Amino acid sequence: MHVPDGFLNAPTSLATGAIAAGVVGISLQRASREVRESGPALAGLTAAFVFAVQMVNFPVGAGTSGHLLGGALAAALVGPWTGLLVMSVVLLVQGLLFADGGLTALGTNITLMGAVTVLVGFLVTRGLLRAMPKRLGSVVPAAAVGALVSVPIAALAFTGLYAAGGAVDLSIGRLAAAMVGWHVLIGIGEAVITAAVLSAVVATRPDLVYVARHLQADLVLVDDQGRTTTVSPDRPVAAKPAGRSLGAGVAVTLLIAGVVSLFASANPDGLEFVGAKLGFGEAAKESAVAGSPLADYGVSGIGNGHVSGALAGIIGVLVTIGVGLLVAKLASLRRRAESASEPEPASRA
Amino acid sequence: MTGGAGDGLYVAVDSPVHRLPAQVKLVALVGFVICVVSTPAHAFWAFGVYAGIVVALVMTAKLPAATVLRRMTVETPFVVFALLLPFVAAGPQVDVLGVSLSESGVLGAWNVLVKGTLGVVAAIVLSASTSPRDLLTGLERLRLPRTLVAILSFMIRYVSVVSGDLQRMRVARESRGYDGGSLGHLRAVAAGAGALFVRSYERGERVHLAMLARGYTGMMPSMARRQATAAEWRRGAGLVVVALLVAVAARVVGG
Amino acid sequence: MSKPAIEIERLAFAYPDGRQALFGVSFRIERGERVALLGPNGAGKTTLVLHLNGILGSVAGGAGTGRVRISGSDLHREHLAEVRRKVGLVFQDPDDQLFMPTVRDDVAFGPANLGLSGAELDERVHEALVAVGMQDHADIEPHHLSFGQRRRVAVATVLAMRPDVLVLDEPSSNLDPASRRELADILTGLDVTLLMITHDLPYALQLCERSLLMDGGRIVADGNTRDLLADADLMSAHRLELPYAFNPLSVPGPEHA
Repeated sequence: MHVPDGFLNAPTSLATGAIAAGVVGISLQRASREVRESGPALAGLTAAFVFAVQMVNFPVGAGTSGHLLGGALAAALVGPWTGLLVMSVVLLVQGLLFADGGLTALGTNITLMGAVTVLVGFLVTRGLLRAMPKRLGSVVPAAAVGALVSVPIAALAFTGLYAAGGAVDLSIGRLAAAMVGWHVLIGIGEAVITAAVLSAVVATRPDLVYVARHLQADLVLVDDQGRTTTVSPDRPVAAKPAGRSLGAGVAVTLLIAGVVSLFASANPDGLEFVGAKLGFGEAAKESAVAGSPLADYGVSGIGNGHVSGALAGIIGVLVTIGVGLLVAKLASLRRRAESASEPEPASRA
Repeated sequence: MTGGAGDGLYVAVDSPVHRLPAQVKLVALVGFVICVVSTPAHAFWAFGVYAGIVVALVMTAKLPAATVLRRMTVETPFVVFALLLPFVAAGPQVDVLGVSLSESGVLGAWNVLVKGTLGVVAAIVLSASTSPRDLLTGLERLRLPRTLVAILSFMIRYVSVVSGDLQRMRVARESRGYDGGSLGHLRAVAAGAGALFVRSYERGERVHLAMLARGYTGMMPSMARRQATAAEWRRGAGLVVVALLVAVAARVVGG
Repeated sequence: MSKPAIEIERLAFAYPDGRQALFGVSFRIERGERVALLGPNGAGKTTLVLHLNGILGSVAGGAGTGRVRISGSDLHREHLAEVRRKVGLVFQDPDDQLFMPTVRDDVAFGPANLGLSGAELDERVHEALVAVGMQDHADIEPHHLSFGQRRRVAVATVLAMRPDVLVLDEPSSNLDPASRRELADILTGLDVTLLMITHDLPYALQLCERSLLMDGGRIVADGNTRDLLADADLMSAHRLELPYAFNPLSVPGPEHA
């Protein structure tokens, strides 16, 4: 639900406005390599996609249907920074053109449904992928859990904002319980839909999925003289594992142990791998990789996500860890401020 | 495919409000709503004044009442929330028609309803009197980063195209007899959504290609045509000043 | 004699996934010529054309060899902006090319990137719109235009850059007959070198005196359009078919200024 004007008092609204402006500003910079390479066109089209898909009625079983919020899905598809921009743009259009969400609540809505869902969803997804087997089949379950967790945490963040500047006096404990409880249910729906949509994309074009890039097999090219070259699809220039906070790694393991023991696998190389994925893009290239209007190729993919139902008791643990994770990661991301940039979108025919 | 994201939202008439540059409207309306939000809920008279101002705006903008009312239905979710408040809030209880309600809850419900509604109508005045392109121009003038304005611009431009694709997929799916509520249906709908992402992504790449072919090197051209005049800014400021006076008075004088 | 508008020498190219699309293509197009690029789907026509303004190829950092010269100059990175101006590419889907909020914004995008502004820019926009007959639609949003009108505006967006070479990818596809004729009139009246990818063989004959036939990444025929179309063996060997009851020998050839 979009927060309207008047829910939160003016100082809180202005503060969230500042937070939103700051986060969006950071995203513009961080995604600037990405966004400039494929241009704002890609982010704009993805935003159009999210907007359109939010209207879709997805049957989630038992005769009910639900709608997609899309934060975790956007992060999985186009990366956290572009994903954040995408969601922010959707919320801006909804607020400015459709009066959905108050004009003074734009900061709040962008912070909650743009920043929190995207970043939490991405961190959880990426954290899980590090610990899971390095296969394409890991992407969908990881993203599903990311989606599942992102929604109640955003609800928790809303409760926090409400505690700071809510217009009506409510027992914060009761509000938190109600919000988180209700949003766990919504999170389940979000996880189911995210899993379904993402598995459809992974099945046809895994090269377009941001979190799946490092999971593709290398290409072996043969030239006319029979010489072979091996090319990695995302072409990292320097596989530099940037400073990673081990605390976050431990937190992620706790998360996995708590929820999805099926997927847990102690794999120390995971860090190296993702370091390469989040390595540094090469110098700006013209869109040789922008592909041609010609036909796309298909890759037979794997896996349908199986989404495990959330267990209410676990949620408390998830929430705590999730918040801790978020704080830790934001701190470590800031440390990589100057040199961090996202790798190029994988090239394709 | 006809229709864009702003279609049906922009009411194309000529009015003093329509003629104001978008940046003035944005600042004025946001300023107005901030004043509304800052007004204590028990100063009922103040909200009467605000409501009068808003009605005057709607009339000056020559917006059909039916259109405004119809678009106000976007409020429904928080109206529901507001109506729940008297039942869930804590604090001293008061008896209303035999039902015991929380006093602060009732006030809170009023607070949420009136401020939310005023905010919605202000937003409706904005979008009904400003074409999407002019809105983007206004945002650019207000120093929103050009890249962000560009992303907004592409989103608005292609929403109808992407929705059209989605619609065609749905029609094709239903023409093949899909109508279940079962999980199998989920797979079909999700497959459509997945395919939509791929198509949108590829279109994004083609658009980028077209931009490159016309000399794009990373900097979007400015869309703004002219600056707002001082007189126009004064008009916008007038609205905020009036609202500010009411808000201050409400705090000083009370309910 | 002035330099040829387009000179391609032994152009080869492979996509990043390893699929080779061009196997040593060579040809010359002189200034003012109107050439049709024919061939079955997948022949590499669009790939070839994307090399002409440096979007693909070794200039753009891709994997390829060979030489591309436009109006006598090689494609170098530094001259890319100029090359983009010189070779105007009109893509197949006008929706991909009309990405700005209004027609005027779209047509202004190219010249604005070339550094024009103010009155000069407005004049250039007007000139391009007049050339395609859409000057009364300058402030319309693109999704309110018909498909044929969008096609014409797409041509205008490129004309506004005053290109030396105009390259069109399937210009007549999906056009109703009236729009098709309108476009043909517009193209006939332009003073540019024209390269047109098309499946519409009568259109090729109507507008282009010369044709290049591509198949499997190679040029398999280069000559007078009418002769090519009349060569039944050549047509069938490369999956080209003449429309029902169309006899290329019985119609007048292209007439242009």
